[in-house]
Amino acid sequence: MNTQNNRRIVVLGNGMAGYKFCEKLIAKQLGSAIPFTLTVFGEEPRIAYDRVHLSAYFAGKTADDLALAPESWYTDNNIQLYLSDPVIAIDRDRKEVRSHHGHVVPYDYLIFATGSSAFVPQIPGVDKDGVFVYRTLEDLDLIRTYATKARHGAVLGGGLLGLEAANALLDLGLEAAHVVEFAPRLMPRQIDAAGSAILQRRLEDLGLQIHLNKSTQQLTGDGVINGMQFADGSLLSIDMLVISAGIRPRDELAKRSGLDVHPRGGIVVDNFLQTSDPAIFAIGECALVHSMIYGLVAPAYDMADVVAARLTGTEREFQPFDMSTKLKLIGVDVASFGDAFAEGDDCRTVCYENKAKGVYKRINISADGTTLLGGILVGDAAEYNQLLQVCKNKTILPPDPEDLILGNRGGEDVPGAGVMSLPDEALICSCEAVTKAQLCHEIGENGQTTIDALKKSTKACTGCGGCTPMVKDLIQAVQKQQGVYVRNVLCEHFDYTRQELLDLAKINQLTTYGAVLDTLGKGDGCEVCKPAVASILASLWNENILEKDRAPIQDSNDRYLANLQRGGTYSVVPRIPGGEITPDKLIAIGQVAKQYGLYTKITGGQRIDLFGAHVGDLPAIWEQLIAAGFESGHAYGKALRTVKSCVGTTWCRFGVQDSVSFAIEIENRYKGIRAPHKFKSGVSGCVRECAEAQSKDFGIIATDKGWNLYVGGNGGAKPQHAHLLVSDVDKATCVKLIDRFLMFYIKTADPLMRTATWINKMEGGITYLKAVVVEDSLGIAAELEGEMDALIANYSCEWKAVVESPALRQRFTHFVNAPTLKDPTVQFAPMRDQIQAQDWIR
Amino acid sequence: MTTTETITWHVACQTADVPADGGACALINGRQIAIFHLARRNEWYATDNQCPHRQQMILSRGMTGSVGDEPKVACPFHKKAFSLKTGACLSGDDYQIDTFAVRIENGMVYIGLPA
Ligand SMILES: Cc1cc2nc3c(=O)[nH]c(=O)nc-3n(C[C@H](O)[C@H](O)[C@H](O)COP(=O)(O)OP(=O)(O)OC[C@H]3O[C@@H](n4cnc5c(N)ncnc54)[C@H](O)[C@@H]3O)c2cc1C
Repeated sequence: MNTQNNRRIVVLGNGMAGYKFCEKLIAKQLGSAIPFTLTVFGEEPRIAYDRVHLSAYFAGKTADDLALAPESWYTDNNIQLYLSDPVIAIDRDRKEVRSHHGHVVPYDYLIFATGSSAFVPQIPGVDKDGVFVYRTLEDLDLIRTYATKARHGAVLGGGLLGLEAANALLDLGLEAAHVVEFAPRLMPRQIDAAGSAILQRRLEDLGLQIHLNKSTQQLTGDGVINGMQFADGSLLSIDMLVISAGIRPRDELAKRSGLDVHPRGGIVVDNFLQTSDPAIFAIGECALVHSMIYGLVAPAYDMADVVAARLTGTEREFQPFDMSTKLKLIGVDVASFGDAFAEGDDCRTVCYENKAKGVYKRINISADGTTLLGGILVGDAAEYNQLLQVCKNKTILPPDPEDLILGNRGGEDVPGAGVMSLPDEALICSCEAVTKAQLCHEIGENGQTTIDALKKSTKACTGCGGCTPMVKDLIQAVQKQQGVYVRNVLCEHFDYTRQELLDLAKINQLTTYGAVLDTLGKGDGCEVCKPAVASILASLWNENILEKDRAPIQDSNDRYLANLQRGGTYSVVPRIPGGEITPDKLIAIGQVAKQYGLYTKITGGQRIDLFGAHVGDLPAIWEQLIAAGFESGHAYGKALRTVKSCVGTTWCRFGVQDSVSFAIEIENRYKGIRAPHKFKSGVSGCVRECAEAQSKDFGIIATDKGWNLYVGGNGGAKPQHAHLLVSDVDKATCVKLIDRFLMFYIKTADPLMRTATWINKMEGGITYLKAVVVEDSLGIAAELEGEMDALIANYSCEWKAVVESPALRQRFTHFVNAPTLKDPTVQFAPMRDQIQAQDWIR
Repeated sequence: MTTTETITWHVACQTADVPADGGACALINGRQIAIFHLARRNEWYATDNQCPHRQQMILSRGMTGSVGDEPKVACPFHKKAFSLKTGACLSGDDYQIDTFAVRIENGMVYIGLPA
């Protein structure tokens, strides 16, 4: 194709595919003598945004956050962008488009990227107020406004989007969110009946109400919706309804312009995405290719690439796309890949179902047992990436393929399961079509060894983000192969891992940073090794962290024994062991807060946080708190935070053990002990688990016979349930095992690694940990216990030390030359009868 | 670099007021100046106390150190690091902080500000 003289391109639609087309074209024509002129018409009022993460808008992301590129990107690349201005007519003879606002623009090539709209079935009553669809930011604005006066909501459609919308309704604060599905199961396109049953239970636990096999006959209400009536005669009364019953390709303009469209929707294109008019292409959800509509972003991006490549002189066919998906629905993993429903003689199916945990896994294997055909994962999709690769690349399966979903139950690693066993052409990032070979090249040859760097050089991980864990593994694996960084050394100043440094500091009896750097390192240190060494010294000797030369090596919070907050003030958290507090102590906290004008809030760890303290006021605040009987809560430290408890047998009519007393004992035992990262605990008085002990670094749950000890749980961004270490042990045994577990963690984890990740990365995982901690397979249990005893013996409240030491107190000022003056730039804003920090200045 | 700017010297504090291999903030002519003592190299530096990233008055409480031979300070808020010699941001952003001359005399720290 001659691409020298036909340089005018008009793009219809500024959605995900339309944007990606522009981005690809700009990249591909870099340096070309005669650049294309690009004109983009968008019907929506906003620049292209990440529709895949639309629901994040309800979670606080703004339209700007979701934008795929800032508005300046269009100007910088000379793209003429018309927003709120759909194209309404095309004159194919004159090769011109005309927009709603009357712009007439000639084209040499026209790209349809008009996407799709929500399909709204013709049910009587769909035009009533309170009925919505879920597709654009404007839809979400309408839903949000309406939801403030609604109590009961429903979603029509139990597919992927419908469930996401139902969750959004819950998040918006509706009392009830119903999902109404015509089919006998949820997500009928992705999962089978057994998977759906597990998913349904998990979702019901989370508060969704699910109605299957329901055919909706009409929507009731006088102008405003008040209910749904079903064919089986039942009724559901609701105040609002979101319709999510599928998508309808936006092919109306194409049809009016005489292009071939499919009777059931979609602009018909060939494998090059060319329509029946050779100058016109269609990409994304408006295009019908391989006789289907691909309703996902990855194929839409690939279509954008095929057309951009073609116009810049490289011809490539759009290949049938893998429709495997993995998503997190309200915290529940759901994935399906390959031929998820494969059945019959040439296929064997392995299923694993755990109703108690809400996990279902199914893999379909070829009859000869050599290849993976597809599968379904519900409740736990940790193996998704691996399985998908094994499936796509037809990797020969191990002799016991069930290991792929059941995990390796003892014995060697599953052969063929590591990232490096994948073939070079394996697609790691399907959104941006980045192969393993490309990534390995960037990592190995070009030294791009961080996710950020790879995002820039390859664009991997920039789409749905699902490939990030695999890319991380690749970085590690390639480096390992090259012999680089086989060890995770601290930084340029120390050629040791944290564990090696800890051992060396111990053997050499080093207690200051200066001594550690002189003996074992080089240069002046930095913000990576200083806090790491500070933590090591604290974990070895448990001396006051601000004494000797140690104050300036502490991380920001540890340096002032308080949590640095926006605006430069600090927050103060006294220890309240087990969450138990007397009225007198509560009053004392209230008095301090009042005197110093602090914002007070109950924390998630059952204590009280006081915000907005000037650095210079911290010692005086603590003087009063200590006088009232408080100690430091170490909320600022990589140390024990809280031991959360439920009331247990002391008050609760279900409790089987005294959980509060045990929690207090535990909290007082481990307070002040520093570790590679913060750690939390909880003690529950019975299996109802009100203290959420299984989400803690170590958690204890009472049983009729004693206590169950769990380790390695985590909340936060990557929630993870703890593993059971031992059951029905007595208190003394429980404490002994915690001593060993914590000390082993303290001595061997990398800096800033929580216990969950530590166990995840440990070779042999929880099985190995159990062997070391419970069975003492390394013969180090006594040593670990002894070390823990020494740390505990050395505990003293570090705030008390500061309050009593004029030299340490003196460091708590903002201005060295005006110690009583507070930072005049600190500003607060009023909020609900208290204060809040001023917003960042951007 | 040559400069035609004239500077005036101001007393900031005593040398002992600034922790070894740490920093402190002094208020000079209404301006907040961060002073750093890199004791291991026996060098003194002074910069703006404000981190330009989120405009927080905080750099004196940042962590000092080096990258290669370049002395630096990292902001406690989001770990943006700045060269103590040039004030250039070392974390890949386009930020710049002002740096000032420091003189030590008879146990006192003097900062030179543009007149
Ligand atoms: C809530 C939600 C969640 C999703 N989650 C996922 C997911 O997890 N994974 C996944 O792969 N996909 C997901 N998708 C699907 C994904 O968003 C789409 O596949 C993708 O947006 C398709 O891109 P597109 O450019 O074809 O369509 P769109 O992004 O819809 O863009 C089309 C644009 O064209 C405009 N337009 C239409 N007609 C005209 C005209 N005549 N003139 C000018 N402009 C016009 C439209 O207004 C629209 O802005 C989700 C979608 C939604 C709604």
